Amino acid sequence: METIRKLIQTLAALLTNGYWLFPATRNIYQGPMKIICSPGLNCYSCPASTTYCPIGAIQQLLLGVRFTLESGAFYVGSYVFGSIGLIGALTGRLTCGWLCPFGLIQELLHKIPSVKFPTIPGWLRYPKYGMLLFFVILFPLFLTNEWDMGDPWFCKYVCPAGTLEAGIPMLLLQPDLRATLGLIFYNKLFWMFVFLGWSVTTSRPFCRTTCPLGAFYGLFNRISLIQLRLDEEKCTDCGICAQVCPMGIQFNKSVGSPECIGCLRCLNEACTFGAISVKCGGLDLQALNRAGLRKAQQIQAASQIDQQGGN
Amino acid sequence: MNKNKKYQRLWLLPLIVSLVLFLIGINVNEPQRVLEQSWNICLSCIGIG
Repeated sequence: METIRKLIQTLAALLTNGYWLFPATRNIYQGPMKIICSPGLNCYSCPASTTYCPIGAIQQLLLGVRFTLESGAFYVGSYVFGSIGLIGALTGRLTCGWLCPFGLIQELLHKIPSVKFPTIPGWLRYPKYGMLLFFVILFPLFLTNEWDMGDPWFCKYVCPAGTLEAGIPMLLLQPDLRATLGLIFYNKLFWMFVFLGWSVTTSRPFCRTTCPLGAFYGLFNRISLIQLRLDEEKCTDCGICAQVCPMGIQFNKSVGSPECIGCLRCLNEACTFGAISVKCGGLDLQALNRAGLRKAQQIQAASQIDQQGGN
Repeated sequence: MNKNKKYQRLWLLPLIVSLVLFLIGINVNEPQRVLEQSWNICLSCIGIG
C-alpha cells in the first residue's frame, strides 16, 4: 500500500505540475486548466503548475476585495473555499497524505539517512491554525496599504513551497528578476531551508506545524466521508501505531485527530489485531482492510524475527 | 455505536455548504478572476520584488 501511495503522490505531483514546455517559453502555464483547484499545496507561479493553489488564490481575492466589491463584483473567495471544502468534506486530511506535492518532497527528504527526531513539541501543532486565520485570511483582508491593498502574507513571508517551486525556478528562467531580490526573498529562502532541513530529521515538519491548507482539511477529519476508524474491542493499546505514524500521533488515543493525514501506515504496517479500518460513509472497505491486516501481520512478524535474531 | 452512526452522515453537511459556496462562486464569475490571477506571476507572492 505504501508503494501505491507513493505512486499516487508522484502522479498527483506530475498532474498538478504537468507543463513541461516552460524551459522553452521561460514563462508559467497560462492555459484553461488553471481554473482547477490543486488539492495540495502547490504554488501557481511554479512554471510547471497546471492548477491554482487554493491558499494563494484566497489571499489574492481577499487582499483586493475592496476594489472588487466597489466595482460591483462579488469575489470573496466562495469558489475557492467551496472547492477546498468539497475536498475536505470527502477526504478530510487524507488529501495531504496522498495528493500533496510538498508533502511528497518532505517524505523523500526524510528518507535521507540521518539522526531522526520523530516527535515535535505538542504546542508546535497550533501555528498552522494561526497561519490560516491570520496570514491567509485576516491580514490580507485588513492590513492594507495607502492604496487599500493588502498583502498575500503567507505566500510573501512564509510559504517554502512557493520559494522552492516558483521563486528559485523563476530566478533561473528570468535572470532579470535577480536585480529585484531583497530581504523578503532571503527571509523566504531561510524558511525554505529550515523546513527542508528539518524534513531530513523529522517527518513532515511543515505539515505538522505550519501548513494552513492542512489545518483547513484537518477540521473535517472527524466528519469526512472517508475516515479511519478504531474497533476499541480489538485494540490492545500496544502503541505500535504511534511508532509508524509520520505525524507522530497514537491513533487509538486520537481517532479523528486533525493531525491524521490518512496515509494508512498504522493500518498496513502496525496493527496486527484488525482494530484499525477505513470506512467510506460508514461502510467498511473490507478488501482494503483485510489486505492491510495481512501486510501488518507480515511486517510485524518479520520485525519480531529480526529482534530475536539480534538477541 | 449510535454516536458512530450520527457521525456517518455528518459529512453531508460540509459537502452541501461547500457545494453551495462553490456554485455561488461560479454564479458571480469568480473562476474567471482566479484564472486571470493564476496566469500572472505574482512576484511578491514568491518573495521577489
